Amino acid sequence: MTRTARAGGAGARSQTITEVRDRTAPPLGVGESAVRPDAPLKVLGRFAFASDLYLDGMLWGATVRSPHPRARILSIDVSEALKIRGVATVLTAADVPGENLYGIKKADQPVLADREVRYAGEAVAVAAADHPETARRAVEAVRVEYEVLTPLTDPEQALAGGGGPIHPGGNVARRVRIRHGDVGSVRPQAEVVVEGEYRSGVQDPAFLGPEAGLAVPDGSGGVDLYVASQWIHDDRRQIAAGLGLDPSMVRLTLSGVGGAFGGREDLSVHIHACMLALRMGRPVKMSYNREESFFGHVHRHPSRSRIELGAKRTGELVYTKVRLILDGGAYTSTSQIVIANACYFAAGAYRVDNVEIDGYAVYTNNPPRGAMRGFGAVQACYAIESAMDRLAGALGMDPVELRIVNAIEEGSILPTGQAVDGPAPVRELLEHLRDLPLPPDEPDGSGGPGRAPDLRRLPGGVGNTTRGENVVRGVGYALGMKAIGFSGGVDDYSTARVSLSIVGGAPLVEVYSAAAECGQGIVAVQAQIPRTELGVDTVVVRPADTLIGDAGSSAASRQTWMTGGAVQAACGRVRTELLERAAVRLGRPPEDLALAGGAVCERVSGEPAVTLAELLGGETVEAVFEYHHRPTEPIDDVNGQGDAHIAFAYAAHRAVVDVDTDLGLVRVVELAAAQDVGKAMNPQAVEGQIEGGTAQGLGLALLEEVQIVDGHVRNPSFTDYLIPTILDTPPMNIEIFEFPHPDSPYGLNGVGEPPTLSSTPAIVNALRDATGLELPGVPVRSADLVSRAGSNGADQAPRGRRT
Amino acid sequence: MLVELTVNGRRRTAENVWAGESLLYVLRERLGLRGSKNACEQGECGSCSVYMDGGLVCACLVSAGQAHGAEVVTVEGLAEGGRLHPIQQAYVVEGAVQCGFCTPGLIIATHQLLSENPDPSDDEIREALAGNLCRCTGYEKIIDAVRLAALEMSVI
Repeated sequence: MTRTARAGGAGARSQTITEVRDRTAPPLGVGESAVRPDAPLKVLGRFAFASDLYLDGMLWGATVRSPHPRARILSIDVSEALKIRGVATVLTAADVPGENLYGIKKADQPVLADREVRYAGEAVAVAAADHPETARRAVEAVRVEYEVLTPLTDPEQALAGGGGPIHPGGNVARRVRIRHGDVGSVRPQAEVVVEGEYRSGVQDPAFLGPEAGLAVPDGSGGVDLYVASQWIHDDRRQIAAGLGLDPSMVRLTLSGVGGAFGGREDLSVHIHACMLALRMGRPVKMSYNREESFFGHVHRHPSRSRIELGAKRTGELVYTKVRLILDGGAYTSTSQIVIANACYFAAGAYRVDNVEIDGYAVYTNNPPRGAMRGFGAVQACYAIESAMDRLAGALGMDPVELRIVNAIEEGSILPTGQAVDGPAPVRELLEHLRDLPLPPDEPDGSGGPGRAPDLRRLPGGVGNTTRGENVVRGVGYALGMKAIGFSGGVDDYSTARVSLSIVGGAPLVEVYSAAAECGQGIVAVQAQIPRTELGVDTVVVRPADTLIGDAGSSAASRQTWMTGGAVQAACGRVRTELLERAAVRLGRPPEDLALAGGAVCERVSGEPAVTLAELLGGETVEAVFEYHHRPTEPIDDVNGQGDAHIAFAYAAHRAVVDVDTDLGLVRVVELAAAQDVGKAMNPQAVEGQIEGGTAQGLGLALLEEVQIVDGHVRNPSFTDYLIPTILDTPPMNIEIFEFPHPDSPYGLNGVGEPPTLSSTPAIVNALRDATGLELPGVPVRSADLVSRAGSNGADQAPRGRRT
Repeated sequence: MLVELTVNGRRRTAENVWAGESLLYVLRERLGLRGSKNACEQGECGSCSVYMDGGLVCACLVSAGQAHGAEVVTVEGLAEGGRLHPIQQAYVVEGAVQCGFCTPGLIIATHQLLSENPDPSDDEIREALAGNLCRCTGYEKIIDAVRLAALEMSVI
């Protein structure tokens, strides 16, 4: 099999490199599609996810949750629950040993609600029993008396100060204000102005592995927790506070993580399982079912954006004005950072000198919202990319051409005043997509006269009840941009230990870090780097736990950069020591030597001089490295200016859709993506990230919405909350560009989030192209596509090509 | 309740089974076979797919009592002699595994597809696997894996 990737960098911009995979010689090092070390266990069914953990004699925990979005707790009676045979204990707020508030950025969420509940689904009590069903029955038997209050569920009302404060400081979690240039004075120079409002719904991360953990008391007052997480060190900080323990008494080990996508940044079972285990002196397992999972993690913030763009007739942007509001729900989680991130990129990946952005994250009595893949940039990208297509329409300009005219480049100044200092191959991504051949009209579809259509090729698939008489095709493009790594002045770092020893006569490298493997493949990368740096084939990646230093979160598309950087640098120290030892032994300067094939070699000839086994004997060479990225600064409160970011990453999509305008059904025919990744550390895994992120963007465009009425989630199940199936997801045409980043290990850039940004607006722009409808909100529903099409005059008539 | 069944060719007995337990619970918690996963527990995600008496079922939708006397094959029963089954190998090689939570169910569903249709078209692959949700991969590499497995198994 042959895969291609575009090589980047000065002087090599359009060169194509070809990676040929030889199945007999598995690729191992950096830049090759090494098999991930956990894959064999996963296909065998032997990989232990958090929900698979067990210990003899363990108890099962379950959670009492509030049925009301806003209420006072008048009393809690656990006596009936305790009478059930097999129930060990029921704990409430009064039993929280330490601080009854936790949170990633701001400790404002009770471990167990005390006196007041702020969303429907909030944890009020926890029970432990000898069977999970018994624990659930205990939960049902807990009597909580509430005084029900009127919930505040409208974010605009929250912003306006109505509905009463949900938190003592009021209902605005953060306001972000960015001012660049002077929109007021340049407005008259705009020859074309468009305005629009765009909404995005509540998306659930919908990782398949439920929240789960196993807490084991150590008999000395401390606890070990095995849990699915994105960031075990920050979990530990919060858990220790909740338990009133020194952090050294709380040890976390990452168990198998069945997907995360941001939804495992906040705590779920963590403190509850530990409380129950410490109280009972027995191991306690908690594992949510799917319904509880919808309440057990944060969702993507729903957004409302108003965008005004002013441009010259040439398409050149004169100004961009954005107001956007995110509903953060009942607790802060990461809302202040998500709104900042949405605002950073609210003007898109475009050069524009005059910008006004006002963003607000507010508290309501809806379930809490926080991190989800893309982290605010998804909502911003949907809005600005919709607005760009509207502007293209007003200008009578090709949407790709409009984007290319305004595309940022290296050196462009962003609305926050920061200059783009890495490669910004936006134009290249767009040109690639524009020049790709379009998929054929439908060779196997309606076929021709006298042939029945192949229903599988029609919108709605075999559920289609027309014969495809009014199917129109559309093509849409979108471009996304996001910062990589922690921004805004955070000292972001990761720690890794690399040790090399001789086992059974052969060199073995052990890599140890706390980086959370959530499916993205950091375990593979951690094994690839020592193979390249130390020339040793056998690399073992130890399980992540808190006995080593912090790795930071598997979030912000940062882990390969940060932990990869730490592993590379630790390998460098090991290599230096090995070469110095070899230099003494061989009487050669270390500069003349290199590591390859499990030996120290002559650098020039590659001839082995001494094997690592001979050099080390029974000794181990070990190094620890703490990798920090360059310092950043927060944006200021007045004008939102500051060099807040270390790097930016870019992706673009082209979507081709068929819409049945009679039924409002959509078939995404093809999704093409182009993304710059700096360096594809593991090309197959990079493709997997782009394909998976693209599918999640499709979900937000067409299928996925947590429906909330008066603060109540109406569809907490996979029957009613629809994530894309294999039938919903089209063939993808992925092009990977490698423009080396100047400031990162191997020139890599973050990969995971950018494809989730532009997928959604590319699909909706394609729907707009097909139907001529405005389609302000996602997910687009069938009713949105049929309500006016074909029944409301020429301006609403489909303008796409008939297939 | 006592439930006796054959799992991966071995006679197994689960004692003190509560009437509300599912086949999935019996496999995972009574028999220690945790390869079949519990992502939705209402038959939507396919991650608990197993063979029961030769047919593909969601183990979460089968009550433990229904499985009494049945012959069940789970993901743990595919590999032989310490070697991955060609389908498992194909999922590994093609990068079709990310978080891996959907993988056991998809492998069973792929096994069922290829045993009935050794050379499926892409449309047939999509139709056969439409009951198995994956949140990580976007399905492209899963289709690659099924194609590769079909090829490898046709050579054997």
